[in-house]
Amino acid sequence: MSERIKKATRQTNQNEGLIFEKSSPGKRAFELPPLDVPAADPAKALGEAHRRGGVEGFPEVSEIEVIRHFTRLSTWNYAIDLGMYPLGSCTMKYNPRVNEFVARLNGIATEHPYQPQELSQGCLKVLQLLEKCLLEITGMDAITLQPAAGAQGELTGLLLIRAHHTKNGNPRKKVLIPDSAHGTNPATAVIAGYEVENIKSNAEGQVDLAHLREQVTPDVAALMLTNPSTLGIFEQQIPQIAEVLHAKGALLYMDGANMNALAGITKPGDLGVDVMHLNLHKTFSTPHGGGGPGAGPVAMKKILEPYLPVPVLAEKEGGRLALDFQRKDSIGRVRAFVGNFGVLVRALAYILAYGPGLRQATEDAVMNANYIRKGLEDAFDLPYTKPSMHEVVFSDAIQKKNGVSTMDIAKRLIDYGFHPYTTAFPLIVPGALMIEPTESESIEELDLFIDAMKSIALEATETPDLVKTAPHTTRVRRLDEVGAARKPILRWKPSGKRSEAAD
Amino acid sequence: MRYLPKSPAERQQMLAAIGIKTAEELFSSIPEAYRLKKPLNLPGPYSEQEIIEYFQARAAENSAGYTSFLGAGVYNHLRSVVTDTIIQRGEFLTSYTPYQAEITQGTLQAIFEFQTLMCQLTGQEVANASMYDGSTATTEAVLMAERVTSRRRVLVGRSVHPEYREVLRTYAKNSGLHVEEISYTAMGTLDEKALQSALREDVCAVVVQSPNFFGVIESPAALAKITQAAGALLVVAVAEGVSLGAVKPPAEADIVAMEGQSFGLAPSYGGPYVGVVASREKYVRQMPGRLAGQTTDREARRGFVLTLATREQHIRREKATSNICTNQALCALAATVHLTLLGKEGLREQAEQNLSKAHFALAELEKIPGVKRTFPGPFFNEFAVEFPKSVRIVNADLLREKIVGPYVLGTAYPELSKNALVCVTETTTRGEIERFVAGVRKSITEAK
Repeated sequence: MSERIKKATRQTNQNEGLIFEKSSPGKRAFELPPLDVPAADPAKALGEAHRRGGVEGFPEVSEIEVIRHFTRLSTWNYAIDLGMYPLGSCTMKYNPRVNEFVARLNGIATEHPYQPQELSQGCLKVLQLLEKCLLEITGMDAITLQPAAGAQGELTGLLLIRAHHTKNGNPRKKVLIPDSAHGTNPATAVIAGYEVENIKSNAEGQVDLAHLREQVTPDVAALMLTNPSTLGIFEQQIPQIAEVLHAKGALLYMDGANMNALAGITKPGDLGVDVMHLNLHKTFSTPHGGGGPGAGPVAMKKILEPYLPVPVLAEKEGGRLALDFQRKDSIGRVRAFVGNFGVLVRALAYILAYGPGLRQATEDAVMNANYIRKGLEDAFDLPYTKPSMHEVVFSDAIQKKNGVSTMDIAKRLIDYGFHPYTTAFPLIVPGALMIEPTESESIEELDLFIDAMKSIALEATETPDLVKTAPHTTRVRRLDEVGAARKPILRWKPSGKRSEAAD
Repeated sequence: MRYLPKSPAERQQMLAAIGIKTAEELFSSIPEAYRLKKPLNLPGPYSEQEIIEYFQARAAENSAGYTSFLGAGVYNHLRSVVTDTIIQRGEFLTSYTPYQAEITQGTLQAIFEFQTLMCQLTGQEVANASMYDGSTATTEAVLMAERVTSRRRVLVGRSVHPEYREVLRTYAKNSGLHVEEISYTAMGTLDEKALQSALREDVCAVVVQSPNFFGVIESPAALAKITQAAGALLVVAVAEGVSLGAVKPPAEADIVAMEGQSFGLAPSYGGPYVGVVASREKYVRQMPGRLAGQTTDREARRGFVLTLATREQHIRREKATSNICTNQALCALAATVHLTLLGKEGLREQAEQNLSKAHFALAELEKIPGVKRTFPGPFFNEFAVEFPKSVRIVNADLLREKIVGPYVLGTAYPELSKNALVCVTETTTRGEIERFVAGVRKSITEAK
């Protein structure tokens, strides 16, 4: 192992097969209390036609084997708890443990969504306080906490916009999306029944205002804008963009994925934004969990409030809280029940920990990104030089001369003990290195990262093959993704049997 | 602030390195007029202890100390401390979506095991890595059927969860799908005759839930025959996954949309839960959401990757099969650990305990004069009963006995205004059932 690699050392790693390969009939890891009523005969109660004797193929293992199996698997993961996770646009910040604790309290985790509202005042107060906090942070007028993630928040936002235009006589046809946008934006617009029209960024990575004026026709329902953009640059003309849209009756949607750059500094509501979503699993620290659960609240201006998804939280006489299901102009539900309540609890716990001090977190996040930018601007190409906010986007233009791509550098970073940055994105930067450190990193960790990146830049000139064949220290090497997609194996099957009967 | 790893001196040192004097200068690209001059008006900062006290106070305002007979899509089941221990490991909890396969093999293999368990449970050939919940999984299953058949009419049973149907309507309204509802029979099951006459060659999907919202078990095999004969796909929603430990899986369905909350996830006032879409292998390229697949590395070792990503929004953008990005990975992991703990025998025993307790509860309730079962069809752990008086009044009486009564069916079905949906699981003790039945008897016989 190279002495340049300071953060990580090699260690023994446990091998582990699939749980199904450990199974042996008769073992069990869970016992139920004995049945205290007369046993029903399943054949009689359900009828022979419906009866199932048990799930064929289900694992049969003991408790210690379950613990070891999943603990061993866990050691094959990288995690924030192990170190910096500089994935651009993902905001991988520290996930406070007290948030996990309070989400599991009796009286919080145990509550049923259909229990009487007089027995749910605690849950409803949590929702109300979170709504108030998020409205204060965004500068908006109304909010729904129902959407289960950012993409569902986007859909909710577009359905609100559609309802607004429909009410005014015409849902309109198109949604404008900058070429730097995240892939969920266009995918969502289509589900909301809109055509997508791309708008090009100018040489500085900003929306071309003159061009936008031409594109905003009476057919345009809205513009979906990420701000700061995926280049990590604040869209300075956002108030003017809003004016151009509003003059033609179109609305401004803001993708709040990058709110970690703005909280406590400026409010989207003041900037002319009509509706936006927040990713609580980014800005508000709820754990990413290997890909969810998240939550994607949608905040909006007064004009969109009549269309809020049901139910809507309402304060009745005497401060009693209730859920209001009767709203004639509502877009309907986007998911069952009130939303990912457990995630909402964690987000509120996060906000309470900071209070107005959220601003300090934002300052630190932006400072960390600029510190990395300063540290790496001599070693890597910086295609857009406007000031960076919470993330910085380099390109692999310098390293490419030696045949080393952003993906190679990212994979080599693994050997140095870091999770890679974002590589495939934004699309307008060929060979992008999109780096978002968040506020959770100390100078020590940032310096280790800068050293690692500089060292890899050096390797790209001296020993490019070392970089191109990375990672070298992981339990598996680069995996055959083409083969995986050509002949998909998506589940385990017992050997010798081509397919197993379901019952 | 305890989450921020910097001293004031270090901040100064960093600003100097960047080449600026104050933190304010970091935001010079935001027009001055729009920068906040006042601190945010938020409660806090709170210490850890104050945060715990705030939520303990809220918890005390909820239903602690009450026994509940609510189900209706969210179920109280035993949860092992092992599950929570595993999913709180930082390596799982604080890891991102496993795009970098070399350092996320743990998450990827667990997803592969989850997909396998879901196939085994549902009798389907492939299952995805998770959806938000049962309601959105059902809707995504319908959108998938639309892509497979290129047809635009959807027939959905009124016996499907009312909120699942609402979500379907929200999504359908703007994507050109036409949703029609099919009534239920006196048995409490989907009306096959009504289905037959509504089925024409423009139907992409027939949606049925089993056990359905009334707790009655449908006949997916028969429905599949009718549906498939018309060239449509049968989508079976499963809201109570534990039923699959004792009830035959909807193997004949084309797509199964399942809610996995029953597998180790707390009710948590509505979420987070975990949805699943499972289907026949031939439809896999139209499936929404992520999929983990088995492959090998350059040294021929087995490993797992996210695969068939060309269906997904980050590659396909406006042509993607779904806009889903972040899903419910940690909840899927909880379900995987939970089902592994239960294993084959544990799940069967749990399912049969539910069956026994629910049948016991019904038999006890039927002893009360005027109380009768609403639908005679076979049921698992939920059943509808008709009371001789308003369910709301009975529930108000039960509440005084510290019992949260059954779901009021009249909420979503005006024609069932005197009917209640009672749920009993393995967590409900005989004593609790008897106390509940006594409470209902008292409410009904008192002041008729």
